[in-house]
Amino acid sequence: MLTARYIANDKLLPWLLSLTETRQVLAPVQVGGQTLFAPLDADSRLDLKGLADASAKAALLPRCETLFEFHYSKSEGVPSRTELELRETLPDQETFLFGARPCDAKGFTVFDRVYDAGTRRDIYYCSRRDKTLVAVLACTDPADTCFCNRVGGGPGETDGADILFTPVKGGFVVEAVTERGDAFLLEQPLVEAEDRTEEARKVREAVSDAMPDEAPLVGIQSKVLELFDDKGFWEGITSKCLSCGACSYLCPTCYCFNMTDEIKGDDGVRIRTWDNCMSFQFTLEGSGHNPRDGKAQRMRNRIGHKFSYYPELHDGNLACVGCGRCIVHCPVSMDVRAIVDQARDRALAKEEHVND
Amino acid sequence: MASSIDDLKSAIKEALPDLDMVIAWTAGPDPLSHTPLFITDEADIERIAWDPRCSQNLAGYLTGLRGKKVGVVAKGCDARSIVELLQEKLIDREDVTIFGLHCTGAVDARTTRKALGSSRGVEDVAIDGATARFTVAGEAKTLPLGETLQQKCFTCTGADAEVCDHFIGEHGLPPQVGERPASTLEELEAMSMEERLHFWEDQMTRCIRCYACRSACPLCVCQDHCAAQSREPHWVDQTDHPREKLMFQAIHALHTAGRCTECGECERACPMGLPIMTLKQALNRSIQDLFDYRAGTDPDQAPPLFEFREEEKNIKEREW
Ligand code: SF4
Ligand code: SF4
Ligand code: SF4
Ligand code: SF4
Ligand code: SF4
Repeated sequence: MLTARYIANDKLLPWLLSLTETRQVLAPVQVGGQTLFAPLDADSRLDLKGLADASAKAALLPRCETLFEFHYSKSEGVPSRTELELRETLPDQETFLFGARPCDAKGFTVFDRVYDAGTRRDIYYCSRRDKTLVAVLACTDPADTCFCNRVGGGPGETDGADILFTPVKGGFVVEAVTERGDAFLLEQPLVEAEDRTEEARKVREAVSDAMPDEAPLVGIQSKVLELFDDKGFWEGITSKCLSCGACSYLCPTCYCFNMTDEIKGDDGVRIRTWDNCMSFQFTLEGSGHNPRDGKAQRMRNRIGHKFSYYPELHDGNLACVGCGRCIVHCPVSMDVRAIVDQARDRALAKEEHVND
Repeated sequence: MASSIDDLKSAIKEALPDLDMVIAWTAGPDPLSHTPLFITDEADIERIAWDPRCSQNLAGYLTGLRGKKVGVVAKGCDARSIVELLQEKLIDREDVTIFGLHCTGAVDARTTRKALGSSRGVEDVAIDGATARFTVAGEAKTLPLGETLQQKCFTCTGADAEVCDHFIGEHGLPPQVGERPASTLEELEAMSMEERLHFWEDQMTRCIRCYACRSACPLCVCQDHCAAQSREPHWVDQTDHPREKLMFQAIHALHTAGRCTECGECERACPMGLPIMTLKQALNRSIQDLFDYRAGTDPDQAPPLFEFREEEKNIKEREW
C-alpha cells in the first residue's frame, strides 16, 4: 500500500515553500495575467483554479536548452590551426513539479516513449525526467475545451506522475502513485489521510462521470491515414488556419525541436529550441524544396502525427492528451476535436461508398 | 444587433452566386470566441454569427486569396485593414466585396473569461451603453466594458466600416466606455527609458516565440520569409534571451510603421497576453506627428513610407 497523506489548504503554500530550500519547485503561478509554471518563491501567486495557460512541458523540455558550449582559440603550436574546446552542460536541478494536471503529466509519457526508448536515450531529457518529481492535481472543474476522457485519459488519472493531489473538504489528499513518490512522501511532515482517501476517490469519480460522454478519439489511426491524399479535406479544414504554431508551442505533447549554433566572437553554444510543424521552415530542405509547403500539408502533419503516426508506433497511445490548449489559444479558434471527428466521419463515409 | 444579422445573411445570400467565397464568423469551440467561417455553399449562411465575440480581423485572409472573388464581413477596424491593403496594392478593389457593419466593441476572450470566472455556459453576449451583458447558463450577468473589451476598442477611431460595398444595420459611435483601464502606452510614457527597457525585458521573458503575433497581422506579408527565422542574415538568434525576442518585436513594429491600423490582431493572437500592440501605437503616434497620416483611412492616399518627397512638411531638414 502506497502512502496517503492530507494537507490543509492553509498549509499548502508554506509546505511548498519549505521544499524550495532543497530543490526547485515549479508550480502554476500568475505572471502578468497568465497562469504559467514558474519557480515558486515567497512572492509567487499560486493559481490552482483551472488549467494553466501554458503546459508544464518546459519542465522537461525547455524552450531553449544548451546542449554544450564551445570555444575557438588559436592553436599554440601551429598558429594556422584553430582549437575547439567543448563543455558539457547536463541539467542537474532537482525539481518538484506541483500542480500539473493529469493531461500535463500524461504528456510526459508521450515524450518518454520517444526520448527514453531503450538504447535511444536522450540524456538531456532523461536527466531532467530523473530529477523531477511530478505531482498532479486532479481536476474538479474541467473546461468546455477539455477532452482528456476522449483520448485515453481522465481528470483524476495519474499516468506519468509520481504523486496525486485531490482536493477534498478543507485541503488535499496526497497519494503516492510510484515508488519514487512514495519515498518522497514518507519523508514529508504531513498528516495521515485516514478515511479521506475514500472522499478523494469519490471526488475524482464524480468529476470523471460528469465529463460529456462523446465518442473516443483513440483507435482511428488508419482512418486518419486513409485521408492522407485527400487534398480537398485538408485544404477545407485549414482555410482559416494562420499556420502560426501557437497550438504546437502550447501543446503538452509536441516535442519537435530545432538545433542551432549561436556564436558570438570565439564563443558559442549549441542549443535546441522548440520547433513546430506549422512553421514553413519545419521541413524546408537545403535545396529550397519543402515537401510540406502549404498550411494544409502542415496541418495534415500535425493531426496525422498525433492521431495516426504516433499511435501506430506506440501501441495505440495518442500524442494528444485532450488539454484543449490548442483550442483556447488558437487565434482563430480551430478545434482539433472537430477536425479528428470530421476525419473519422469522412473516412467512414468513403469506406461505405466503396462497399456500396 | 438581432436585425442586422438577418440583413447580413440576406445580403450575403444575394452576393454569393457571383463570388468564390464569403468570409464571415460562426460560433466557435469556446463559448467566448467565435471563429472564421468560409462560405462557399448557401447552406453555410445560416451558421453566421454576429455579436461582440466576432473578434478576428478577417481582412488578413484577403492577400492569400488574391485573384479570387472574395466577400468579407468587416467591423470598423477590420475595414481599416482592408483600406490599408488596398493602399499598398496588396489586394484588388474589384475582387473584394465588403459587407460593412457597425461594431459595438469586441470582447477580449482572455480577460472576459477571467472576469466571469470561466467561459462555461456563455450563451449570449451583447454590449449596450457602457455595459457588456452575458447570458451564462440561462442567467443574466453584466460586466463593465473596461473589464471586457479589447484594448484597441478603447481607442477606436470609428466603429463603422467606412469603406464598404454593403453597409448593414445602423451607423453609430465606438463603444462608450465609462471607466477605461490605463493603456500600456500611457503607463510606459510615465517611465524612464531604463524602466521601459526593464518593462519589455520582463514581458518578453514570457514570449514563447510562436510568432502568432506575426502570422495574425494582416499587414505581415512576408510570413514564410520572416526576418525572425532567417539564419542568413542572422538578425535574431534562437536563444531564449528577452532581448532577442524584443528585437523581433522591434522589427515587426518598424515593418508596420505607418501601415499598422491598430487592428489589435498581434496582441489578441499572442497566447502569452503580451501588450505588443503598444510598440506599434507608439510608432503610429510619431508617424501622425511627422506626416499627418493615419493608416487605413483613405484608400487613395499612399502610406508615407511608400513615398519619397524631397522635403517633408513637418520635417524641416533644410532649416537645421
Ligand atoms: S491551428 Fe490555430 S494556433 Fe495552430 S497554427 Fe493554425 S491558427 Fe495557429
Ligand atoms: S493537440 Fe491540443 S488538446 Fe491535444 S494535447 Fe495538444 S494542445 Fe492539448
Ligand atoms: S476597435 Fe472599434 S471597430 Fe474594432 S472591434 Fe473595437 S470597437 Fe469594434
Ligand atoms: S501590427 Fe498588430 S495592430 Fe498593427 S496591423 Fe498588424 S496585427 Fe494589426
Ligand atoms: S505571439 Fe506572443 S508569444 Fe508568440 S512570438 Fe509573438 S509575442 Fe511571442
